[in-house]
Amino acid sequence: MNEFFFGIYPYIALSVLLIGSIARYERDPFTWKTSSSQLLRRKQLVVGSILFHVGILVIFFGHLIGLLTPIDLFHALGVSNEFKQTLAVVAGGIAGVMALIGGLMLFHRRWTDPRIRKTSSFADIAILVLLLAQLILGIGTIFVSVQHLDGGEMVKFMTWAQKIFTFRAGAAAEIADVAMVFKLHLFLGLTIFLVFPFTRLVHMLSAPVRYVMRPGYQVVRSRRNPAE
Amino acid sequence: MSHLLDRLNFLQSKELEQFSNGHGQVTRENRDWEDTYRNRWRHDKVVRSTHGVNCTGSCSWKIYVKSGIVTWETQQTDYPRTRPDLPNHEPRGCARGASYSWYLYSANRVKNPLVRGRLMKVWRKMRETMAPVEAWTKLQNDPVLRNGYVETRGKGGFVRATWDEATEIIAAANAYTAKTYGPDRVIGFSPIPAMSMVSYAAGSRYLSLMGGVCMSFYDWYCDLPPASPMTWGEQTDVPESADWYNSGYLLLWGSNVPQTRTPDAHFYTEARYRGTKSAVICPDYSEAAKFGDVWLNAKQGTDAALAMAFGHVILREFHLDRQSEYFTDYCRKYSDFPMLVRLEEKDGQFVPGRFLRADDLDGKLGEENNPEWKTVAWDRQSKGLVSPNGSVGYRWGEDGEWNLESKADGKDTDLAMSFVLDTDHDDVIGVDFPYFGADATEQFDAGDRRPNILTKNVPVRKVQTAEGEIAVATVFDLFCANYGLDRGLGGDWVSSDFADDTPGTPAWAEKITGVSADKIIHVAREFADNAEKTHGKSMIIIGAAMNHWYHMDMNYRGVINMLVMCGCVGQSGGGWAHYVGQEKLRPQTGWLPLAFALDWNRPPRHMNSTSMWYAHTDQWRYETLTANEIISPTAPEGDWDVSLIDYNIRAERMGWLPSAPQLKTNPLEVSKQAKAAGKDIPTFVAEQLKSGELEMSCEDPDDPANWPRNLFVWRSNLLGSSGKGHEYFLKHLLGTDHGVMGKDLGEEGAQLPKEAKWHDEGPRGKLDLLVTIDFRMSTTAVYSDIVLPTASWYEKNDMNTSDMHPFIHPLQAAVDPAYESKSDWDIFKSIAKKFSEVAPEVLGVETDIVQLPILHDTPAEIAQDQVKDWKKGECDLIPGKTAPNYIAVERDYSQIYAKFTAVGPLLDKLGNGGKGINVDAKDEVQHLRDLNGVVLDEGVSQGMPKLETAIDACEMVLMLAPETNGEVAVKAWEKLSQATGRDHTHLARSKEDEKIRFHDMAAQPRKIISSPTWSGLESEKVCYNAGYTNVHELIPWRTLTGRQQLYQDHLWMRAFGEGFMSYRPPVDLKTITEDVKDDGDTLFLNFITPHQKWGIHSTYSDNLLMLTLNRGGPVIWISENDAKKVGIVDNDWVELYNVNGALTARAVVSQRMKDGTTFMYHAQEKIVNTPGSEKTGNRGGIHNSVTRATLKPTHMIGGYAHQSYGFNYYGTVGANRDEFVVVRKMKKVDWLDQEATPKEAAE
Repeated sequence: MNEFFFGIYPYIALSVLLIGSIARYERDPFTWKTSSSQLLRRKQLVVGSILFHVGILVIFFGHLIGLLTPIDLFHALGVSNEFKQTLAVVAGGIAGVMALIGGLMLFHRRWTDPRIRKTSSFADIAILVLLLAQLILGIGTIFVSVQHLDGGEMVKFMTWAQKIFTFRAGAAAEIADVAMVFKLHLFLGLTIFLVFPFTRLVHMLSAPVRYVMRPGYQVVRSRRNPAE
Repeated sequence: MSHLLDRLNFLQSKELEQFSNGHGQVTRENRDWEDTYRNRWRHDKVVRSTHGVNCTGSCSWKIYVKSGIVTWETQQTDYPRTRPDLPNHEPRGCARGASYSWYLYSANRVKNPLVRGRLMKVWRKMRETMAPVEAWTKLQNDPVLRNGYVETRGKGGFVRATWDEATEIIAAANAYTAKTYGPDRVIGFSPIPAMSMVSYAAGSRYLSLMGGVCMSFYDWYCDLPPASPMTWGEQTDVPESADWYNSGYLLLWGSNVPQTRTPDAHFYTEARYRGTKSAVICPDYSEAAKFGDVWLNAKQGTDAALAMAFGHVILREFHLDRQSEYFTDYCRKYSDFPMLVRLEEKDGQFVPGRFLRADDLDGKLGEENNPEWKTVAWDRQSKGLVSPNGSVGYRWGEDGEWNLESKADGKDTDLAMSFVLDTDHDDVIGVDFPYFGADATEQFDAGDRRPNILTKNVPVRKVQTAEGEIAVATVFDLFCANYGLDRGLGGDWVSSDFADDTPGTPAWAEKITGVSADKIIHVAREFADNAEKTHGKSMIIIGAAMNHWYHMDMNYRGVINMLVMCGCVGQSGGGWAHYVGQEKLRPQTGWLPLAFALDWNRPPRHMNSTSMWYAHTDQWRYETLTANEIISPTAPEGDWDVSLIDYNIRAERMGWLPSAPQLKTNPLEVSKQAKAAGKDIPTFVAEQLKSGELEMSCEDPDDPANWPRNLFVWRSNLLGSSGKGHEYFLKHLLGTDHGVMGKDLGEEGAQLPKEAKWHDEGPRGKLDLLVTIDFRMSTTAVYSDIVLPTASWYEKNDMNTSDMHPFIHPLQAAVDPAYESKSDWDIFKSIAKKFSEVAPEVLGVETDIVQLPILHDTPAEIAQDQVKDWKKGECDLIPGKTAPNYIAVERDYSQIYAKFTAVGPLLDKLGNGGKGINVDAKDEVQHLRDLNGVVLDEGVSQGMPKLETAIDACEMVLMLAPETNGEVAVKAWEKLSQATGRDHTHLARSKEDEKIRFHDMAAQPRKIISSPTWSGLESEKVCYNAGYTNVHELIPWRTLTGRQQLYQDHLWMRAFGEGFMSYRPPVDLKTITEDVKDDGDTLFLNFITPHQKWGIHSTYSDNLLMLTLNRGGPVIWISENDAKKVGIVDNDWVELYNVNGALTARAVVSQRMKDGTTFMYHAQEKIVNTPGSEKTGNRGGIHNSVTRATLKPTHMIGGYAHQSYGFNYYGTVGANRDEFVVVRKMKKVDWLDQEATPKEAAE
């Protein structure tokens, strides 16, 4: 069981994420969007959305850096496991609460406004529920984490994640003995990866980063190749 | 190739081209996504068509088709160019038309023939054992079966039928009705042929062949201004919108050009750029108001007072104190100002009477022909009385002097307009004028307490007549007295100071209208000053607003008087621009034989709808307005104190107005009796009518023998749009749930009509069968027994014209009719075919008797120079003279289809024409044979030109009409030249070889050819403008005097005080009674129903795109102040009601509105977003749920030159502006949505 969920399932989820996203981008480019409901109702969106997005971004990059940076690099930079653990708990905790509050506001709005409710797809509501559940689980792990601030548990997850990404055997075994709440959090996280291409989450991949760096404000598309 | 790979361009050079100092950047990215949008607008073909809707827009559109589906439409921009100094017509179109393609594939499209479920069930059962007519007879004779479907009208329950079944029911019902009651019990209502003339003609051709009745519309819609036929003898003729550009002064009076004349509004803007000055008169701050240099927000319903004050200023400053040479010459030549009026003595007082006629004088001024129809004036040259050329007496029975040359009896004349100089008059006497200003109801009360007769001094000449010496005055002198102008003759009720509060002055009008006297004087001066300097280039653009009041004639005659005084009518850039109703069916003369089957039998049956609906929806049973309230205090002796319907019955009896149904006895039976008696039809009918054996149907509208039985409605939404007294239609004509809350005259114990027979119980459900033909499920369709799906405007071939521009252009089938729909032409063809198969069960070759009123523009129009009622023994009954004519028409009921699909022989035999001009048509019929092919089958139509398709029918119209066939135009002008003694053929010579065909129009809209059917010219030099040929070719107007007639001398006109125009306050309809009123927060508001922005009448009001642009359902507008009084805030649901019924809508609270009024843009479909009414418990109604039609006796006048009946030309009109309603906020909004019970569902 453990081997399946944390040794095989991650590859299934990540494969679907990759292939599914590419397929959607190729086949159905006009569905590649945030599906914002801002036009229907602005109220509650601005505050909720900012809280949610800032929180989520902090958590996302926290996880990304925290899990995938080799532990030796942290040590080389003089970051101790304890410090890293504490930082993760505090920063992650604050960001998690922000995202949860924002997420709940967005959910309330989506559920109660008749126009938004009517225009929401199943996926729109389901992904919000999944994210909220994941946030609650994530915050839930804090209570376990604070019991061992030495960072030992954390190192297990780092090893697991790095093994998964580097295709090394025995990843699942690394986390066989962690608390259940971590396992649930991991499983749900992988599931979110799995459903990612089928939801509005794909907008993450098209964050308008280049926009910030664009030199001109008048944009002209280059001439099409006449042969095309 | 791959969107993703294309994005992976990180390794490509970042050296992007920049421009504008680095502010611009050229990107390098895949552009394939653009193709999606490009493909969205890719199409297989573009087809020219238009919208056959009653908006007068007549805009040519491009219809885009992709994979056999209409995808969208855009405006055509290929109209022929105008002249170098004139802006072009295009692009024409508006948001409404642009949304039309939504309808084609919408849920609201009628897709199959639908029949009321209960009817279908019984019919199918009966047809198992019975023949069609037998089955229908059984069904009608069983009250349970008949009520079974009649009572469910409007309550859903349609089932699909096949075309075969649906047409069989219709054919059986028509045959049964013709056999049992008479073919004149089969009636059809379809409006405005100009919007899709062949579709109209399809139904009217079928009805005319089988003897059914075509109902009028222009009068019923109240778009017909009776003032026009009164003044000009012409239904309505107006300048095209391009002529606005030629104007120097545009007065917009109650017309909201940008909103309701959207495709033409650019000419208004362009005229303003050219420097044209403009004043806008309307009570609300309308979209047009912002175009004006000045906005006069007169109180609604008081326009006549404003017009009178304008006229007062113009007369004072341009005709009396200083005489404008142009104005005086114009009026002398083109108006009845110089004509003499007899002053008749009544109780020692004088009142203006009849025009002096040649017949009154000894020796009749040498006139042998029609001397009683030749009016008389004073000639300053010969110092004697003359009978000037051009009066109607010269029109009939002689040639050569029916023109407007300043001649009489071949000699030049110099007619006197006034006897005011001491040397010119024999005496000055007091003449009584009626005054109605003090009759105003509470809401219009301006504190006026003047007497109702004002005696004013008028200079007169004494003339020796056969009856002795009488006093006569010129129309001009009487006219000035009527306007309250002091001529230095002393006496009361006249003034020389604009600031005096004397009836007619600006100060007087200020009190009534709320418009300051300064502004009135200012606008009047500018208007006249411009007209004087430019020789008539001042124009008044009017909309429906003013014409929908009960006393609309007063408003309109006030306006027309201003234009005539200033010499504007018939001058390019000037005149009367009444744009309501798409009345200009340009190729009318070619269309008439197609539409009314004049190629097979004459005359057709026509009926004026207002009188018909008034009688047969039993609105007369609730009439609150009595003749006493509107009769003039100066009325001659007479039996005036009768009900309004009594006046209508008298009018029908004297041959003034048409009737439908006509005789109580089936005309097919009457002809058999005549034959048995061995008498000719007119003699027999006259005898029987006199003896009382035969009765006219109009005398007893509620007797089952006189009910209309079958009604076709096509191209129309009678119940959802124009049906004034909607709830009365539902109650009496349809016999279903209704919202009428008032009591009838019997229940009220009020005075009952004298001539109309009263039944204590009003009948319910007069119609056996209501058939609606539409492409959408309109309110009328919902109430019908059978709904037939017709082709939309992008699915049929037809033609379209307008008064707003001079082009003719087609509707074309861009795609085949969707679902099971067929074009109107094909639908009526299939009904005709079925009818020819079914009818022989009971009908063979029959002789029908058609009752024909005395028609305008025929020699018969000079029938009754005195009013005499044969029934009262005042004269003998002479058909066609003192009564309607009775004409035998043979109908072979098995040959209706054969006749429908071929051009008949009468065109060869009798020729073709219109408006009194008949031309030979042999050549044209031969051309049609060559063009359409001939019928080869043996039978009545063998060898005649084919009329199989709608395009064949179009070609018939185009071939016969002078407007589209230059050869015919020249022939028609030649014919007119004979009558006038002047050569007019030069007007069409240059176009003699031009023949417009259907495919010519398909290539590009085509400009029509000038023809004598119309009073304007379409040339390279002038824009179309009404009255142009009258003024420039000296062709008389088709009135009694032959001139623009500002004085109406018919007995009934004088009796109702409308010889001259005057201000008459809105009438009191008494619709808010104690019974219907409620306690609590309610408003009493004047209910105004203008044309809307989000629809054309009811069309588009159920279109999703247009609903999205407004509030998505019915709305009314009220002012902020009124709303505040009763706690209504914007978007609240409100209920409006009175004794006529109730309606529900959302409130739009706006500063735009004048206090005391509410607007409900008319014809917002009640099938969309309309909740139940708390008052009636039924679904809230349409705007007409709170209205009821009320007739005006002066509109019934007939047999009197210009005041003679013409279909859609003259007759009673359906006024509805004088109505008041209670407005209150709704407590509970109930949508009345509940599921059908299993039992209901099973049915």
